[in-house]
Amino acid sequence: MNLENIFSIYQAMDNSGIILSFKGDITSELLTSVLQIMENRLDSFQEEPKIKKKVYHILVECLQNLYHHMDEIPSYINGKDRSAIFMIGKTDQGYSIITGNYILSENVSGLKKRIDEINALTKEELKEYYKQILANGEMSLKGGGGLGIIDIARKSGEKLEYEFLSLSNNVSFFILKIKITNKNN
Amino acid sequence: MPMEKIEFEATPKTPYLMVDPKTKTIVINGRSIPENTVQFYTPLFNILDKWIAEKTKDKITATIRLEYFNTSSSKCILDIFKKLQELQKNGAEVDITWMYEKDDEDMMEAGQDYQTIVGIKFKMVEVEE
Repeated sequence: MNLENIFSIYQAMDNSGIILSFKGDITSELLTSVLQIMENRLDSFQEEPKIKKKVYHILVECLQNLYHHMDEIPSYINGKDRSAIFMIGKTDQGYSIITGNYILSENVSGLKKRIDEINALTKEELKEYYKQILANGEMSLKGGGGLGIIDIARKSGEKLEYEFLSLSNNVSFFILKIKITNKNN
Repeated sequence: MPMEKIEFEATPKTPYLMVDPKTKTIVINGRSIPENTVQFYTPLFNILDKWIAEKTKDKITATIRLEYFNTSSSKCILDIFKKLQELQKNGAEVDITWMYEKDDEDMMEAGQDYQTIVGIKFKMVEVEE
């Protein structure tokens, strides 16, 4: 990487209010550390407990989603198959969490449909939907059973923003942005 | 052979968990956000299954105070309540207390949701932070 690029990356992050970012393998130990760091940061910002809990809760789900559901991409992409990126930003309006990970192109339409469905639901409908999946849904071995993304939408109270970048016939990159605003919802 | 008492100290990702087979007391306190939730709760499931197999009529007391839990814990917590409900059906007196921090509406609602799904009444207790 060109060394001058490092400053452009820094500046771009700084301008977007990024307080923490990571690119690399997503491991259980990493998640423990990141959650610990973010908890301390939220304390140092003297956030009200409600916002703090919301940000922390959504962060847990986002990062564990990455950990559990990232598609294993054959090593022809950079030789790394568990690599992903995430960023946590803070602005006057609140917080944002952005995650990015490889996904098999065959899984794109299913995931897109699922997020669109969730985005179409009201707060009350999301609550009922969550309860229904919890009560009846079979959980996958990885645990989630689709509850994670519903819970993220429910806690955030904002529509989920996403983008799928097609990299090749087989591989795409999935970017998800979650906003957590200061407004009461 | 009577089962041994279980006591796990809290970690950044798992709650304090205590199960005393002698007094049939269960305490869960803290945050439950591990990646592998089933593994963490298996010792508790095993004891509950044993009580179900024995058709115990003893009084069972469960106190649950969670600060945070992830969605994969939510299913395990539901399974705990389902097992407690089965024990109640078998004739045991089951006493469940769900504690939540003042102003934590989400945690209060989670307790209400579990009551509705499982069909047993909890004692809902609001606590100061």
